[in-house]
Amino acid sequence: MERILVGLKRVVDYNVRVRVRSDGSGVETDGVKMSINPFDEIALEEALRIKERGEANEVVVVSIGGTECEQQLRTGLAMGADRAILVTSQEPANPLTAAKIFLELATRESSELVILGKQAIDDDNSQTGQMLAALWGRPQASFASKIELDGSTAKVTREVDVGLETLDIDLPAVVTVDLRLNEPRYVKLPDIMKAKKKPLDHVALDELGVEPAASMTGVAFEDPEQRQKGIIVEDVAALVAALKEKGLV
Amino acid sequence: MSKILVVAEHDGSSLNPSTAKCLSCAAEIPDAEIHVAVFADGGSDVAAAAAELQSVDKVLLINNAANHYPLAAVIAPQLVAIADDYSHLLGPSTTFGKDLMPRVAALLGVNQISDVMSVLGSHKFRRPIYAGNAIVTIEAPADRPLVATVRIASFKSVGAGNSAPVEQSSPNAEIPDHTRFVDLQAGKSDRPDLQSASKVVSGGRALASSENFEIIFKLADTLGAGVGASRAAVDAGYVPNEMQVGQTGKIIAPELYIAIGISGAIQHLTGIKDAGTIVAINKDEDAPIFEVADIGLVADLFEVVPELQAALSS
Repeated sequence: MERILVGLKRVVDYNVRVRVRSDGSGVETDGVKMSINPFDEIALEEALRIKERGEANEVVVVSIGGTECEQQLRTGLAMGADRAILVTSQEPANPLTAAKIFLELATRESSELVILGKQAIDDDNSQTGQMLAALWGRPQASFASKIELDGSTAKVTREVDVGLETLDIDLPAVVTVDLRLNEPRYVKLPDIMKAKKKPLDHVALDELGVEPAASMTGVAFEDPEQRQKGIIVEDVAALVAALKEKGLV
Repeated sequence: MSKILVVAEHDGSSLNPSTAKCLSCAAEIPDAEIHVAVFADGGSDVAAAAAELQSVDKVLLINNAANHYPLAAVIAPQLVAIADDYSHLLGPSTTFGKDLMPRVAALLGVNQISDVMSVLGSHKFRRPIYAGNAIVTIEAPADRPLVATVRIASFKSVGAGNSAPVEQSSPNAEIPDHTRFVDLQAGKSDRPDLQSASKVVSGGRALASSENFEIIFKLADTLGAGVGASRAAVDAGYVPNEMQVGQTGKIIAPELYIAIGISGAIQHLTGIKDAGTIVAINKDEDAPIFEVADIGLVADLFEVVPELQAALSS
């Protein structure tokens, strides 16, 4: 195929323990380490492997947001993507807006495969890929743990609640990826240098002709209820006694 | 008044417990008429089971050979074809609902509310973000269709004993053939289902091999419990993916959860924070799992787990 599109969302790093602002207006993100959404990194790794097998000619990474997202796109280019597109937007894109943006880009770029993370670890929505497939009128294979391309179709194995499900889908299609699809490569210093010369284009949301979808903004943010620390027992006999007392065994 | 359609999850012959939990969420929405949609090939047994559930006013059976296996691309246009009659469309936040409902929402031109954990009003809900590190209250516009998935660990099942009418429905929808089911490799197990079991025993990386995981299975069988695992244990290949508990695996709420050799990463804790009683067995006394455990035992699991199993079976 000619081209694979991959979405890279800038999110609070996986290892940061986020806190709700004391006034409940949102989550504290000032001065917090930001990274590529881990699932999106897996999506990019898979696209690169498909290209390296000779099954695709070009991998294009896309992010939506302010110029700060260039950082994540440069990392994507350093991993091996050929070029990057930043869709500039003041507001963070909600899932439906993001899906509309990817639809417009997939059409403009004549992409036959869009690979996205199965969810972003900030809002945990898990919607964009399925929405893109819906608007595009194309197949979706969400939560993928294996992708095999075969000409104009693909076999995708999905992690579902009861086990592993395999679908046979026509291309173009949307695949969203799960954790066990692959292990993303580390970026090497020379690749970071090379990435600086790769094209990174800006396109404004309104230039794309995409009408943003209404957001359902959060009206209040709060900390989760914390569980209380319990007791430590000395041995198995004490554990069994404690369970019996609670009527659990 | 709200008119709610709950999408039933099933395997062709029996109803998934997620449906009764979605109904309990729907029943908390004030002044609502609640229907259940069963998309099936045949499906009369499933529809009959749905009709027995409390708070259901009517069951719609959409019987079509194309619905033999639940594919989002196939069900979504049929659901959209009947969506006009409803103010709310709800599905479970299982891999079935998470796959299907956003496709439906996009076709209706709205964003979805994912993982509803509590109902504050007909268009006001709370949901977790950042792996449960924050809870956000979402208000949705009342003049648009509301599509949501329900975090099933947050809701108890509705009871049975109802006898709602079952109506056949044949929505006029174009069903695509671009997505074809090939196969499903389901873990075969006689143990209770992880997502609905009242007791769950989970093992972590400290088990160190799939052979060693046997002691977890043995303890679970003594207790009549389901079996789960941490992401580390699944990634290491000790057990299959469908056993993973946590942010990206299954979110569960058993009465008793026993975490064995699991350190308790935040992503794992997200999956168990609604459990009744959490028991932790770990030889590292500083493991974060002890911060949330109701009962902790600092010990070598290979010594104490067989001992616990013996004590409980006698």
